[in-house]
Amino acid sequence: MTRYGPIVAAVALLALVPLLTASNVVLNFLVVTFLIALAGQGWNLLGGYGGQYSFGHAAFFGTGAYVTAIAQMQYGVNAWPGFLIGIAAGAAVGAVIGAMSFRSGLRGSYFALVTLAFAEVLRIIASVAPITGAGVGTLLKLDLRPEAMQFQSRAPFYWIILVLVGLSMILVRRIEDSRFGAYLIAVRENEEAAKALGVNATAIKIAAMTASAAITAAAGCFYVQYFLFLDAGIAYGPWISIEALLAPIIGGVGTVAGPLLGAFVVKSLGEITKLATGDAPGLDLVIYGCVLILVIALTPRGIIGLFDRFRRGAAARPAASSPALPPQRAEEGGHV
Amino acid sequence: MAILPMLSSAILFPAVLNGLMTGAVYALVALGLTLIYGVLHIINFAHGALLTAALFAVFLAHRWLGLDPYVAAVVLTPLFFGIGYALQRFIIGPSAHGEDRNILLVTLGLAVVIENILLYVFRADTRTIDLPYAFDVIEIGTAVLAVPRVVACAAVALVTLALWVIMRTTLTGKAIRAVAKEKLGAELSGIDVAHIYAVTFGLGTACLAIAACLLLPTYYVNPSAGNAFVLIAFTIVVLGGMGSLAGALIGGLFIGVVESLSGLYLGESLGQIGIFVMFILVLLFRPNGLFGERA
Repeated sequence: MTRYGPIVAAVALLALVPLLTASNVVLNFLVVTFLIALAGQGWNLLGGYGGQYSFGHAAFFGTGAYVTAIAQMQYGVNAWPGFLIGIAAGAAVGAVIGAMSFRSGLRGSYFALVTLAFAEVLRIIASVAPITGAGVGTLLKLDLRPEAMQFQSRAPFYWIILVLVGLSMILVRRIEDSRFGAYLIAVRENEEAAKALGVNATAIKIAAMTASAAITAAAGCFYVQYFLFLDAGIAYGPWISIEALLAPIIGGVGTVAGPLLGAFVVKSLGEITKLATGDAPGLDLVIYGCVLILVIALTPRGIIGLFDRFRRGAAARPAASSPALPPQRAEEGGHV
Repeated sequence: MAILPMLSSAILFPAVLNGLMTGAVYALVALGLTLIYGVLHIINFAHGALLTAALFAVFLAHRWLGLDPYVAAVVLTPLFFGIGYALQRFIIGPSAHGEDRNILLVTLGLAVVIENILLYVFRADTRTIDLPYAFDVIEIGTAVLAVPRVVACAAVALVTLALWVIMRTTLTGKAIRAVAKEKLGAELSGIDVAHIYAVTFGLGTACLAIAACLLLPTYYVNPSAGNAFVLIAFTIVVLGGMGSLAGALIGGLFIGVVESLSGLYLGESLGQIGIFVMFILVLLFRPNGLFGERA
């Protein structure tokens, strides 16, 4: 239980925020932060624990969002089951892309490329297909009733996304403790060795990608429920692929708390940039990019890695040789 | 392809010829990408952003200094070689800690930074330059070819030849090939691998500067202009075999023709999907490319 205690405690503490403030600015900021943390947790499961760096998690985010919206608007499905259908659809897309990529033996740069390409194909299709509203986008009908998962105030949204983030953390923690998680980490550390010991690496990676896609799809479903609007650029655009990987990498890749911590840092930096410069387009992303490079250059295991280093004494244990993420052989990533 | 005979050769011939000319510039962008991949074994995700930066550099050279793009190439090619060298030597190399996964992320980070600085400075507006010769044409049979595209085609042939000569005859070229083949062995025989990596990255970036100079007379620039080319360049590089220079050249010309023909038969936006679908199919079924050197 002690492994879950900190998660439950953090969620319980954060759940008090709407009772302390009714400020829409604060709540909105936190909702968006949690949204990125959730999308990032999905990326983290596959990228952080499985070592498969996807550059196209927008494929799952967008599918979740579109399926939720279309199920409600075109087929009259209620929002709550619609949410679950969206998650299932995202997971299915993850399973299909995962099966195709991993069965073909794609890894490293090739895997990053193919995920990017899948997300782009979906974006182009969504920007011309009639069912998605094509260039105009999709509007969810305003229906401020809890039955429709729409609320007058932001607090219920806040609690929903907070619970989703908490659940994703508990899920990832459970996977960490399971045999499946051990296999997944073994595949990340040395796929050939894992295979030699009898781990079905392909099946493990496909399963991880399916779960990863489901989590990121949940973030997409929530997005459309919260903002009530969607177009191809929001759903499948590169912004979400980048933020989903930025959060865990900055927070601490391959850790349960990394995505949430990273999302806080990224979103705070974004807000500070906006305050400092006005709403200049692009500048927040410039900062994100610089932070990404700096984090990789200075502390490859993110902020959590930095904490660990301080705890153990900086000189005794440099981050590069820490047991959680040993240096990979240079030729591994590129070859197929 | 069964519908091909339906169109007369009077339409087909110019489409193929134009495709080859577009393909030549694609090939040049792909050449830079494949060169970097062949030696460093990384996919440079900043390639598109660097191409956009080069396009803006050409644009500014024309706007501020009145430099013709073809003249600007003389200045910009060494400049971008230097930029590429510095990026690899001082940012990408040291940040990587020897891990490919880190290099992926650093080049992605660079792409985000460069693209958004350009967006911040120039906003999302699309710009073009006016040149007196932009609309000059040459007629070959039934085909009417724009002069800048013919120039581009010839220049790409020259650049490819120059690259080939550098790789085959100079000491640096030999060192690059040695590092590509066997990094540790090269290091043991006294080659400065970090320097060779940076030189290779510089050469790849210099290809982009030339491509930008050849493109701008007939093309436009905005902060995401480079991306269109780079996804195509990725396709070409994978199709031609990662790291294969000849593969990039042939792949580039091939994709140029495919794009031109599919645009003719399917219309613009579907033609774009065609490229992606082909890309995914090639990645999934022939990840070593049609001319890949290694199984």
